[in-house]
Order: sequence, then C-alpha cells, then structure tokens
Amino acid sequence: MLSRVADNLYWMSRYLERAEHTARLLDVATNLMLEHSPVLSTRRHWERLLKGLHIPQTDDEVMDEYAITNLLTFQTGPVSSIRNCIANARDNARQVREQISSEMWMQLNELHLWIQHASIEAVWREPYPFYRAVKEGSHLFQGITDATMNHDQGWQFIQLGRFMERAGATAALLKVHSEAFPFTSHYQIHVDEYLEWLSLLKSCTAFEAYCKVYTTDLRSNTIMEFLLFNAEFPRSVRFCAEQILVALDAIAQDTSTHRKNRVERIAGRLRAALSFDQVDEILTEGLNRYLENIEYQCGQIHNITYETFINYTVDAALS
Amino acid sequence: MTTLPPLFSQYALDQAYDEMLSPDCRPRPHYQNLFRRIQEITPEELRYRQQAADISFLHQGITFTVYGKEEGTERIFPYDLLPRIISGSEWSTIEHGLTQRITALNLFLEDIYHSGKILADKVVPHELVYSSPNYRRKMRGIHVPNGIYVSVCGTDLVRLPNGQFAVLEDNLRVPSGVSYMLVNRQIMKKVFPQIFGDYSIRPIDYYGRALLGTLRFLAPPHRPDPTIVLLTPGVYNSAYFEHTFLARLMGIELVQGSDLVVHDNIVYMRTTAGLRRVDVIYRRIDDDFIDPLAFRPDSILGAPGLFNAYRAGNVTLANALGTGVADDKAIYAYVPAIIRYYLGEDAILPNVETYLLGDEKQCDHVISNLDKLVVKAVGESGGYGMLIGPHSTATQRAEFKDKILANPRNYIAQPTLALSRAPCFIDGQIEARHIDLRPYILYGDTVTIVPGGLTRVALQQGSLVVNSSQGGGSKDTWVLSD
Repeated sequence: MLSRVADNLYWMSRYLERAEHTARLLDVATNLMLEHSPVLSTRRHWERLLKGLHIPQTDDEVMDEYAITNLLTFQTGPVSSIRNCIANARDNARQVREQISSEMWMQLNELHLWIQHASIEAVWREPYPFYRAVKEGSHLFQGITDATMNHDQGWQFIQLGRFMERAGATAALLKVHSEAFPFTSHYQIHVDEYLEWLSLLKSCTAFEAYCKVYTTDLRSNTIMEFLLFNAEFPRSVRFCAEQILVALDAIAQDTSTHRKNRVERIAGRLRAALSFDQVDEILTEGLNRYLENIEYQCGQIHNITYETFINYTVDAALS
Repeated sequence: MTTLPPLFSQYALDQAYDEMLSPDCRPRPHYQNLFRRIQEITPEELRYRQQAADISFLHQGITFTVYGKEEGTERIFPYDLLPRIISGSEWSTIEHGLTQRITALNLFLEDIYHSGKILADKVVPHELVYSSPNYRRKMRGIHVPNGIYVSVCGTDLVRLPNGQFAVLEDNLRVPSGVSYMLVNRQIMKKVFPQIFGDYSIRPIDYYGRALLGTLRFLAPPHRPDPTIVLLTPGVYNSAYFEHTFLARLMGIELVQGSDLVVHDNIVYMRTTAGLRRVDVIYRRIDDDFIDPLAFRPDSILGAPGLFNAYRAGNVTLANALGTGVADDKAIYAYVPAIIRYYLGEDAILPNVETYLLGDEKQCDHVISNLDKLVVKAVGESGGYGMLIGPHSTATQRAEFKDKILANPRNYIAQPTLALSRAPCFIDGQIEARHIDLRPYILYGDTVTIVPGGLTRVALQQGSLVVNSSQGGGSKDTWVLSD
C-alpha cells in the first residue's frame, strides 16, 4: 500500500474519532448544565473540557458555555471543532477514495454535507439530537467500514488511527479530571462531586459498563481502574493499547519490512504496562505522572510508525 | 405536421438536426419508444426523478472542481434525465471512422518523431509541426512500446444539419469525461429503470477492463507482470473524481508525484513495505508537469527523473509525451490528408471546415467575417480561449482581431455549427438543447471503443458551448444493438 494512503487512512480515522469524542463531551456538558446547582458550578467543568482537548484559554477572554459550544462544534480555522474534524476526515478520505468502499465515502460525505447546514442556534436550543447524530454518524461509518472494506492493511491503519486517538483522548480526560478532584481516603466520592464523576464515566460512554463490573457504587479508584485497565471496555486505555498492538502486528506482518522491530517493541511495552500495573500503586505513586507517560508513549508509537512505514528515507528503504 | 403533446409546448425545431424528431415532427424510429414513454409520465414524476439523480451525484461526491473560483469549489456536473439514443447502424459508421482516425494519428506521431516522411513529402507543412507548442523535441528518436503514442483518445463529434457525424476535435493528451459516461448509466439505472425496458442497449461497463488491458499491453519488455498506476495531480484537479473512479475500477494504485521516487532510472512508488517498482503510468498530468528536471522546473506535480527513466525504456507513460502536436487545431485541418497518406483511404468521418489563420488569404477572410465564425486558440481545450462570432460583442471581436494578427499561427476559425439538438428536461418541460458526443477510443493490441460516449449538453437555451467548465451538462448515451 502507498505510504501516503496509509497516512490518509490513519488521519481520516483519527479525525472522525476526535469528532465523536468532542460530541460526547459536549453532550455530557450541556446535559450537566440542566442540573446546575449553586454548589456545583458547571463553569469549571467547561474549562476542564477545553483543557482536556488541549485548547488553550487566555485569562482576559473568558468564554461562556455558548461560546465554548460554538467553538468546539462549528469554529472554522485551526481548531479541532466537530465540523473541522469531519471536514478533515472527509478531505483525507477524498484523497484515497479508490481505497475505501463507496459506501464508506458516501457516509462520510453525507455527514459532512449535513453538518455544513447545521447552525449553533439550533444546536444550542436542543443539543442532544445534534450530538447524538454526530456520534451515530461516526458509529455508522465504523460499522460500514468493518462490513464493506477488506480487513487488509488499509483497514489496520484505520484501526490504528482510531485507537491511537482514543487512547490519547481518554488519558487526557482522566488527567484533567484527577487534577481537579483529588482522591480522598477510602476513595469515597463526596456528594457534591458525584455528578462530576458520573459525567467522567458518561464522557466515555462507560457508566453502564462500569455498573456491570462494580455496581453503581461509584468510587474514584475503581473508576480509574475501569477507564485505565479494563480489558473488555472498548474505550479504556488498556483496550486501546491492545488494539494498537494488534493493528501494528498485522501491518508489520503484511509489510515484512526489516525496520518493523522498533515499532512492535514500543507498542508491546505500552500494552504490557497497562496489563500488569496496579491501580493502588499508581494512585500512591502519582497518577498524573503515569498518565503523562502514557501520552508520551502514544506519541512515540505515532512517530516510530511514521518513520517505519510512511516517512522513511529512500536510503533507508534501499539499504 | 403532427402536433406535439403539452409537455413539449416549448419544443421548437430549427435548422439544426433534431435527434428525436424528423422535420415533420414525427419521432425518428429509434426514438419512438422513448417518445411514447415520456408522454405516460407526469412532469411531477420527471421532476422527482431528476432530483433523485442530482442527490445521488451529490452524495456520491461525483463532482468536478471549478477553477478561478474559491479554492476547491466542488460542483456536480449537471445531468439531464433523458437519454440520447444512437442507432446501431449510425454507431457502426462512427466506430469505423474513429478506428481509422486513431490508427492514422498514431502512425503520424511515430513518423514525425522519427524520420518525418510525411513532412519531407510536404503533405503536412513541417513548420506547422515544429511551431506547435505541443511538439516535444525531447521525444525525437525515442521508441515507445509497440509504436503506440495515443492509447486513450476522446474525440469530439458533432452532428451536422444533414444528419452526418463530423469530427470537431481530437483529444490526444489526457482526455477526460469517461467516468461520467459510466456514472450516467449507473445513475440512470438507479433512478429511472422503467425506460430501459423497451430498448436493447449495448453495455459499456467493461471499459475498466478494456483500459487495463490496453495499459498492460504497453508494459516494457521483460516485465511480464507489470505494476500499473494512475498518476493524478491531486484533489484540486478538476477531474480528480474521475482519477479515483478509474483507479478503483481497474484496481490499480492512484499515485501523486510525491509518491514516486526515481532511482537509477527506475521508477518506484513509496509503499508501507518499502519501494515498489512501477512499470506503466497512466498519467493524467500534462507533459509540461511530468518531470521538473526535463520540463517545467517549477512543477511539483510530477517526479524528478521520470523522463530519463522513460527514455531508458524502464517505464511507459500513457499517453506518450508529445501527442498534443497531433490534436493541435491547425494540424487537425490536415487529418484527412494524414489518413490518406498512411492508410490510402478517404476519411470516414469528415472534418469540420477549418480556416488556418497562418495563411494570409484565409486570415483576411476570417477577419472580415468574425461575426459569423468561431475562432479557437490552437493549443487550448475545455472551451477556453474561444470566440463565438454570432454571440459576441463588437469589443470582443476587436479584441480577438488584435490577438489573431499578433499571432495568426495560434488560431483557427470554423463556421458556426448548428450542433444537433436533443430533448432535455428543463424546468418541468421538454426542450431541445444542442449536444455533442465524445466517444472514448482505446488503442492497445486492438482498438476498443465502448459503444456510446459522453453526450455533453449546452443547457442554456440557444447556447453552443457544451464544456462543463462553461455551464454544460451531460446525459446518458445509448447505442442500440439493432
């Protein structure tokens, strides 16, 4: 497969995953506003939301909820707004139209055309159906992808992009959350903070899945354990690391290049750490540093994947 | 004289040939079934189906990019619901004529880039060839596989008022539009299946296989299992949709210049598994941009070193470089002579009468009749650089006069043709619009012409310009197997 095609498929998938993630965060945040109480200001929640998406905020220009919703949904320019992410996903897909199935292209193209006509006024009036449609649009695309495209190398790059993005997004979300809500002894959750922890789970569509494992008794350590280390939940960091390794293994096997060892080693290391580390130890030793390290390792995997399969020098390829 | 049904109240016959109706207002035999069908359908239903077709184009992203507008403006190519029908016997003449023409043009190209016999014999003036901006000196003496210069050709045909088909121009460089021919048929089957029932229409969907076979035939010797790629300028090219469409149809890689690497005169593409050798490039990039080391140094679309690899015979380009000299509009005037010279036959499909402005007498005639003639720049295509006399203003004519006198070799003139007209669905009515026909000719171990082609429509009333860049549309084209 062409290196450029791998690059386009990878970013197509990442951007769509990013759009879906942002839609989920906004859905949860606008929902949280409805239960706004004097004790619990949602103001901080919205600030954390921006921080978790790595969007810098200046002190002199404080945005209200409406402005943030508009920014993250429709803003043009160099912002990962939902509209931009979908347009970028489509642009990448457009460059590899002959590689993906017509059904995939049509779904992404229709999603793109649909969001071009949406307006902030309508979304602000009724956020839920809009964000639900974005999430469903993304899910539909993934389903169509799995059902209509060869599960070949290109599909593996799509998987890789999705889980790389998801691993990073979940780690970033956990980081800003744990900074704001320090762990108490016995990991009890104070009643004032209950909605925030619930929102954290919902931001990962994890509430129901969590309850099945730990019951509805929310504790900060088990929530962290679930979102970091659960082997079966598809948005946990461990699950993502597992899928990243599977995809990279398949790509390495398919290309059988002699330069693949490095990338397999580093992806294997992340997976191993997430499989064997204990939540108690991590909470004692410093969760923040641990999450930063995960983000760093994801960055490494990305870079080495590119050096191995996409941006290699001609000299390296001919040697 | 029969009266036409209400749906046709705006339908008027004039001196142009009408594809559907004979001069006494009766449908021609091969249009009878369609004519009857249309009357059974309500305008609402026609409108509904037209919308279904438009949405289908938009959602599938079957669009072209308009230049000169905001970067990357995508538009759908307007599509008309009513098919254009060509009878089997008419098609047979077209097929023979086009086969004859491409055979002669390939011999001509081989000749002028080698011994130049036709020039020595003064059948074609050598200054006309050497002064063409599309003549590539670098191609002299280079052997192309099987002597095939033009493997993919799109020839524009028009039907004259007497019903005869004539050649308006040859497109021997990177002809486009074939994807619309194929897509129009697909969409037609989807949105309007009922009207197929009455006809036996020759299929066209083997085009992809035929094109692949043609390209495979061009592989350098000793490369039995060649890797074939399609080279595109990228997403901002107006025909990008077509490039992706054809690559998928053939199951070959769609590459951009940046995907190619030339090392020791071998062309490779960058893949995730390392570099992979490329043998045949179906290039959809103009000569000038193919290799910055050999041609335009500012081109970032091609690959440095590609021309040397080509000259060394390690890779084949289709079409070959330098084919544009033979579709130069001034050379066009000599094609009947070229056919006679190489094949000893008369041209089956006539040319349109053409004045060469390099000739002083013809030039004087044209200058004094600018309001009646169509003037075209010889190296241009896509409807750019054109003056349509009867539809022009005095200022435009004065402007063209200056341009012509400054560089007469650069222009030709033709009489304003009454292109034939076909029924189109416009604003709830059936109206007649001018059309042309671009069949696609493949020249490999045999000549393959899928029956039909792209029928382009000048959608504005009275307009004679069918180019998509100038507001033209298209319709499905049926060749009957009668």
